[in-house]
Amino acid sequence: MTDFAENRRDFAQSWRIQLRVLGALLIREMLTRYGRHNIGFLWLFAEPMIFTLGVTALWTATKSVHGSDLPIVAFALTGYSSVLLWRNMPGRCIGALWSNLALMYHRNIKVLDIYSARVLLEFGGATISFFTLSLVFLMLGWLTPPEDILQIAGGWLLLAWFGGALAIFLGALSHQSELVEKLWHPASYLIFPLSGSAFMVDALPKFAQEIVLYIPMVHGVEIVREGWFGERARAHYDLGYILPLCLVLSLAALLQARHVARNVVPE
Amino acid sequence: MIRLRDIRKIYRTRHGDNLVLDGINVEIAKGQHLGVLGRNGAGKSTMVRLMSGAERPTSGKIERMMSVSWPLAFGGAFQPMLTGKDNIRFISRIYNQDIERNLAFVEEFAELGPYLREPVRTYSSGMRARLAFAISMIIEFDCFLIDEIGAVGDARFHDRCNYELFGKRADRAMVIISHDAAYIRDHCNRFAVLHDAKLRLYEDFEDAYADFKELIGWKPPPGWPNVEVATA
Repeated sequence: MTDFAENRRDFAQSWRIQLRVLGALLIREMLTRYGRHNIGFLWLFAEPMIFTLGVTALWTATKSVHGSDLPIVAFALTGYSSVLLWRNMPGRCIGALWSNLALMYHRNIKVLDIYSARVLLEFGGATISFFTLSLVFLMLGWLTPPEDILQIAGGWLLLAWFGGALAIFLGALSHQSELVEKLWHPASYLIFPLSGSAFMVDALPKFAQEIVLYIPMVHGVEIVREGWFGERARAHYDLGYILPLCLVLSLAALLQARHVARNVVPE
Repeated sequence: MIRLRDIRKIYRTRHGDNLVLDGINVEIAKGQHLGVLGRNGAGKSTMVRLMSGAERPTSGKIERMMSVSWPLAFGGAFQPMLTGKDNIRFISRIYNQDIERNLAFVEEFAELGPYLREPVRTYSSGMRARLAFAISMIIEFDCFLIDEIGAVGDARFHDRCNYELFGKRADRAMVIISHDAAYIRDHCNRFAVLHDAKLRLYEDFEDAYADFKELIGWKPPPGWPNVEVATA
C-alpha cells in the first residue's frame, strides 16, 4: 500500500518534470525558429497557411482533375493540410538531435523530449492552420460546413499519430545514418502525389485502389474527407490496417529513440 | 555521495572499439574535492559526463545520492541563436528556478551589460564562458563537476569565480579536471590520475603529480626548477 502511494508520488513528480521540460523546449524551439522579429511565432501557422492557400489557388485555377464532384477548395484544403502533417514532422525531426546535442548535458532532457517538442510544434502549426483556413473559407461561403466534426478530428489525429511516430522513428534513425536525411527528401516528394491528397481513392480503378491503400496516409485523408463530405466522399479506408500499423511504427520509434539515447555522446 | 562501480566505457569508432574507461571505482562524498589529472584524450571529460548522467556507461553502475551539476563552465549548453537572457530563462525552466531572480544574478555577476540581450553567437569565447559560469552558479547543486574551468575569463573574473565556487561553496563535493596542476593542487583534497583507461587515486598531490609526470613522459628541462624564462 505504501509502495503504491510512493510509486504514485514518484510518477506524479516525474510527470511534472516531463511537462516542465517539454514546455521549456517548446518555448526555446519557437524562439529559435521564429525569433521575436516581425510576426514572431505567428509564423508557426502563417507558413503552413500560405502553403495551403497557394496550393488551393493553384488547384482551383487549373481545375485539377481529382476524380470526384467534390468542391475543389474543400478538396485542396483537406488534402494539403494533411500533407503538412505527415511531411513536416519527419522533416523537422531528422537531424534534430545533432543540432541539440548540447542539451544532452542536462540530465532531465531526454532524446525523446527533443523529438516530442518538435512533433508537438508541427502538430500545433498544421492544426491551427487547418482550423483557421476552414473557418475563413466557411465564412466566405467557399466551403459547406462539415458533416461530422468528430470524424474529421479522428482522421486528423490518426494522421498526426502516424506522422509523429514516423518522425520520431526517422529522426532517431537519422542520428545513426546520414542516408535517412538524403532519402527522406525524394521519398516525401514521391509519396506526396500518392498520399491521397490529390485524388479520391474511389476515382481510381480497382487494382490501383488496392495498391494505394497500402500507403498509410491515404487512410487518414479519406477519413478526414468522409468527415467533411459524408456519403458524397465515398471514402475507402481500413482501420484494421492503419491502427495496427501506427502501433507497430510507434513501438519501432520508441525502441529506436531508446537505442539512440543509450549511445548518444553529448557535444 | 556519488559512487562509480566498475565503470567501463567503449566508443565505437571507424577503426574499431576504443576502450576509454576500464574498471573505474571511486566514491565522492560531500566536502571532498577530487582533482583529476590526465593527458589529452585520456577520458577525463568522458568520466565527468558519465558522472553527470549526460552519457551512459557501457557497463557498471553509477549511484547519485546527491544532486549533481552538469559539466561546469561548459559553454555548449547554449542555443547560439538565442539571446543570453533567453538561454537563462530556458535553463531556469528546466531546473524549475525563479527566472527573475536568476536574470538579476547573471546580470550582476557576468557583467555582460547590454550583450545579455544579444544572441549568444555574437559573444566572444570569454563572454560565453562568463555567461556559462554565471548560469551554472544559479542552481545550487550538492556536487559540482568542473571541466577545465581554468580557462574562464580574465584574471578579475577568475578571482570572482574562485570565490563563488571555493569560497561560498567549499562544503560541496567537487570533481575538477584541469591541465593546470597548480589549480588542482590549490583547490582539491583528493587526487587522481587517469591513464590508459584506469583511474589511480592519491591522498597527496605530490604523489599524484610525480606519477602523472612519469606517465606522460615529462622530463624536467636542465636546471629545473630554476629555469630562466627566455626573453626576446
